[in-house]
Amino acid sequence: MDKSGKAYWKAVLTLVAQILAVWFIVSYGAGILFAPELNSINLGGYPLGFWFAQQGSMYIFVALIFIYSYLMGKIDQKFDVHEE
Amino acid sequence: MSLQAVTYLIVGATFALYIGIAIWSRAGSTSEFYVAGSGVHPVLNGMATGADWMSAASFISMAGLISNMGYGGALFLMGWTGGYVLLAMLLAPYLRKFGKYTVPQFVGDRFYSKGASSVAVICLITASVTYIIGQMTGVGVAFSRFLGVSNHMGIFIGMAIVFMYAVFGGMKGITYTQVAQYCVLIVAYTIPAIFISMQLTGNPIPQLGLGGHFVGTDMTLLGKVDQVVTELGFGKYTETTRLSTLNMFVYTVSLMIGTAGLPHVIIRFFTVPKVRDARMSAGWALVFIAILYTTAPAVAAMARLNLHATINSAVKSGGDLFAEDASIKYDERPDWMKRWEVTGLLKFADKNGDGRIQYYNDKTKNPDVIAKVEAAGWKGSELTVNADIMVLANPEIALLPNWVIALVAAGGLAAALSTAAGLLLAISSAISHDLLKDMWMPDLSEKGELMAGKIAMAGSIVVAGYLGLNPPGFAAGTVAIAFGLAASSIFPCLMMGIFNKKMNKEGAIAGMICGLGITMLYVFAHKGLFFIKGTEFLGLFGGKENFFLGIEPNAFGTIGAIVNFVVAYLVSKVTPDPPEHIQHLVENVRIPRGAKAVDGSHIH
Repeated sequence: MDKSGKAYWKAVLTLVAQILAVWFIVSYGAGILFAPELNSINLGGYPLGFWFAQQGSMYIFVALIFIYSYLMGKIDQKFDVHEE
Repeated sequence: MSLQAVTYLIVGATFALYIGIAIWSRAGSTSEFYVAGSGVHPVLNGMATGADWMSAASFISMAGLISNMGYGGALFLMGWTGGYVLLAMLLAPYLRKFGKYTVPQFVGDRFYSKGASSVAVICLITASVTYIIGQMTGVGVAFSRFLGVSNHMGIFIGMAIVFMYAVFGGMKGITYTQVAQYCVLIVAYTIPAIFISMQLTGNPIPQLGLGGHFVGTDMTLLGKVDQVVTELGFGKYTETTRLSTLNMFVYTVSLMIGTAGLPHVIIRFFTVPKVRDARMSAGWALVFIAILYTTAPAVAAMARLNLHATINSAVKSGGDLFAEDASIKYDERPDWMKRWEVTGLLKFADKNGDGRIQYYNDKTKNPDVIAKVEAAGWKGSELTVNADIMVLANPEIALLPNWVIALVAAGGLAAALSTAAGLLLAISSAISHDLLKDMWMPDLSEKGELMAGKIAMAGSIVVAGYLGLNPPGFAAGTVAIAFGLAASSIFPCLMMGIFNKKMNKEGAIAGMICGLGITMLYVFAHKGLFFIKGTEFLGLFGGKENFFLGIEPNAFGTIGAIVNFVVAYLVSKVTPDPPEHIQHLVENVRIPRGAKAVDGSHIH
């Protein structure tokens, strides 16, 4: 793999790691591990931990995929490996 | 018009629509048969993926499960949606770039080995066949309950419909039918939810209603559910977890990576024109899935409250739940209860002989509840409620008009048929392409392969129908097995194929076999060898259920996946690197440029 190929792959992996970090924090973090603590906070009529587990994490998943698609498009352009 | 007539009308109309699409979208080439000619718009593919993904279990059973489990039910919600983030970032775009018809073909080419692709074919067929049994039985249940035909007749009709668009249209026919089926199922799911949310909270959007106020009180809906169920001895709705936090965590991981590794979902992303489209399409798929998945928890909590309110008048009035006249008289029960008692999904036994229905958790250890139960003279919970009722009878419980009930029937059928068709395509393409064309008859012409694909599809439908009519004893555990298989074998194998250039065939094969082996071992120890009752061998492991860290068998795919990764990595370190051209192949798969239309040829 040439230099720009390596740099491209590194940029991709960095983005994936960042998205996965958010993915993990909202579902496993807020939705499971820290749900009991978050439940003492109220969001509308929802206990917050319960909201993350049964609503919020899913909204954030959707957003994450579109953010990923958009940023990947930019990385592809930058390294000139995008599709015509 | 009677309920029966309306149901026939609505279900008949949807079936006519599916057949119309079948006639319009016949497949004339292998490319159209396997991947719809890679010409599907990403948004439409997202819809088709939604229908492909959301099965009879999602549509009929999930809300009921959450309703019983409360907060812990979130593992299904997060597990069955979070996998799409993994799919979008780790698998779909790269496999689309690779540009071949099937998942085993990627495994075979990437690991330069017919052995690896054979293992992948076995995993794929086992996962898909086990999954399909549940769909066929779902079709039978929906038909017999709503259309008044026998279970068997229902399965025959379902087979005939799928036959028409799957055999002649292949992926092309399936894709456009799934788009239509998505529309039917999502309308069928959300309309009753909107009505019920209006009735209980005054808010027409169920996702907001779940966080809203219970009509006529100053309590939130969730607060009211929490209060009622804890007073009746159940676990607090918003806090009860599944067994333990660790188990819930591991179970969620299993469902997520299992989702990302299920072949019938992955191949949907071979139908879009570009790599960029594969990424976007995963996003759209999740949008369409999330519409149902964020509605389901609202349906779950509201149905739970509705059920308690039907049986105990003190739920609405806020009075004493244990007062004698709070429980309704059996003779005055609403009509929907009578209808569902016939199906056996709802059962009443008057244990204390007072002619009234008492419904509570009679296994509670809470001393306050036990004291109240004794004071009230209750002798055990008198109602048995099958979880599926929460969706199926929901419109009746909420006294909605007949056409809504009919719509739910059409939606349940759409969900089951669309998933069955996707699975059938994954199975038949593995047979006609990976086994026949790649291994046994390499000289098969394009026309011959197309014909073989259609015959394989027809054969698979017959087998699926047979299994639906005669479900093997293990039918109940099947969906969990499909996820365990995909999580412990297919997902790690694909990931390493893309993200670890040095992963070789020895590592990949050893990893798949060990991951799969240990998962099956754990499942079989609990449920019997190949699910045959009486062959459980928990005794070998000390005889305790969930002996490994308290993890239940359904959640064990995660452990299998970890074993797979570790074994593959270690084996690849002590065996030769993959050949140079394979490493170039991996580099090539990683960049989007140069993506071509999907085809069936091999690189070596």
